[in-house]
Amino acid sequence: MKIVVPIKRVVDYNVKVRPLGDQSDVDLNNVKMAMNPFCEIAIEEAVRLKEAGTATEVIAVTVGKSDSQEQLRTALALGADRAILIETNSLLEPLAIAKALTKVIEAESPQLVILGKQAIDGDNNQTGQMLAALLNYGQATFASKISIDGDSASVTREIDGGLQTIKVKLPAIITTDLRLNEPRYASLPNIMKAKKKELDVQPIDSMGIDTAPRMELLSVELPAARQEGIKVESVEELVGKLKNEAKVIS
Amino acid sequence: MSTLVIAEHDNTNLKPATLNTVAAANAIGGAIHILVAGNSCQSVADEAAAVDGVEKVILADDSAYENHLAESIANLIKSISTDYSHILAPATTFGKNVLPRLSALLDVQQISEITEVVSEDTFKRPIYAGSCIATVKSSDATKVITVRATAFDPVNASGGSASIESISADGVSDLSSFLNEEIAQSDRPELTAAGIVISGGRGMQSGDNFHLLETIADKLGAAVGASRAAVDAGFVPNDYQVGQTGKIVAPDLYIAVGISGAIQHLAGMKDSKVIVAINKDEDAPIFQVADYGLVADLFNALPELADQL
Ligand SMILES: Cc1cc2nc3c(=O)[nH]c(=O)nc-3n(C[C@H](O)[C@H](O)[C@H](O)COP(=O)(O)OP(=O)(O)OC[C@H]3O[C@@H](n4cnc5c(N)ncnc54)[C@H](O)[C@@H]3O)c2cc1C
Repeated sequence: MKIVVPIKRVVDYNVKVRPLGDQSDVDLNNVKMAMNPFCEIAIEEAVRLKEAGTATEVIAVTVGKSDSQEQLRTALALGADRAILIETNSLLEPLAIAKALTKVIEAESPQLVILGKQAIDGDNNQTGQMLAALLNYGQATFASKISIDGDSASVTREIDGGLQTIKVKLPAIITTDLRLNEPRYASLPNIMKAKKKELDVQPIDSMGIDTAPRMELLSVELPAARQEGIKVESVEELVGKLKNEAKVIS
Repeated sequence: MSTLVIAEHDNTNLKPATLNTVAAANAIGGAIHILVAGNSCQSVADEAAAVDGVEKVILADDSAYENHLAESIANLIKSISTDYSHILAPATTFGKNVLPRLSALLDVQQISEITEVVSEDTFKRPIYAGSCIATVKSSDATKVITVRATAFDPVNASGGSASIESISADGVSDLSSFLNEEIAQSDRPELTAAGIVISGGRGMQSGDNFHLLETIADKLGAAVGASRAAVDAGFVPNDYQVGQTGKIVAPDLYIAVGISGAIQHLAGMKDSKVIVAINKDEDAPIFQVADYGLVADLFNALPELADQL
């Protein structure tokens, strides 16, 4: 079984992102970049399926600028067998990314595609579901447990009310939630080995897809600031403030 | 201009987030229809028909929709989509699962988790864990949108008298099927709808210690939430998680106990009206958003708080 894992290069989750001075976009000058944490979970799951003998090959893919090769190398160091960069200099929307990924998946015909449930930059939570629609595959989003049984997968999903387990026919799209696994760190020998693994770069223009933006970013601002609070000295003072000042308890 | 709101429900009752989504539809303007897709869900359609401001309820009552699986529901919505300029669902795990699929079927770029309607094609939405707010303008013919419930005051659940039109199942898919569900049962209010939320973090040290929060929750009629660290450590189930990638809450009072205040946690609660933080580290970032901060060991403060309520 072949598994394709689409990943994304994003701002490191520890960075507090701010708008540019002219509020035209976010300021990403000199910020640390990393693999989206949910994508690390996706790679980890695919590699574990390979280690368990269920999968035979793990292919990491990304759609992005040339510098995304860095995150593909990380994926290779974490255990992916080869990588594909669909290169573009534009910032694509999830629909366009899903269209580009569709081409890769049609060419590779994997049995399983595992993606992160959301990227922590745009927080869109769309690409996996869109990809499933475009390919007419079943989808199992927000997965916290995956088991492959022959030509289907049982997937436990984290939903608002608790947990739901569904069965999806393969090939299928699965998106990862936080509790699916705890990703490993890449070891130094594996980082060295990753440098020799195959990384194929394909220009997005060769794919014949419509990637024109559907959304215009008009501005980016800071959220309304909260008024500064106070420290209370005791539980008694706290209860007094909540009753008499904030009037949120009686 | 007319808007289709996708109802979220459990085949018996309408989920409150639907009312906030109708409020967002109101802000857009135009006629509002609600789609109720489920199994033996006439009672939901009746409830939806009573929602203030709704003109028509479309009921697709079929066993295929019992578990609200994305493939079949997205196909169904697509089959009636041409009548609408806007299609909205709450940004819950239900809406987040179904709407992007629909969006791709319609060749539309979805606008996720809006917090404000600027005009019929322009919306505000948080990005980067709520560190920034983006204003985006969509050029798609049909706007497919998920709505952050806490950003819109719910419309009245009564006062409306919409007609109910039944439609038959369309585009039923067998790509996925339901196996089972573990839905948490609790007498406490639902986290996203509660007026007061008390949440525990890694500082709670164990799941057993959450009873300290539960005692207070029961006195206040509050819901209990948690940070990711507390969920990951197995103290409480996943449906407790508040944050960027968990639930978004905005109660009148949010009490954060033993939570450091990582940006991913703040993303889920910083729009609460009043925030209280109890933490033994006076430099914990949670104090930067707290209206009332108490620097204390939670194992002393919580029993005392329970006593004084
Ligand atoms: C992709 C991604 C998504 C994430 N999504 C979320 C999310 O949705 N929600 C979320 O919450 N987090 C999320 N996180 C995790 C987040 O970054 C933090 O790691 C997490 O919120 C920390 O939880 P915590 O505050 O409970 O733990 P810690 O940061 O470990 O803080 C524990 C706090 O408890 C205090 N404490 C300890 N003992 C006591 C005591 N006896 N009395 C009083 N205080 C005490 C400490 O001083 C400390 O401040 C996400 C992270 C990533 C990478």
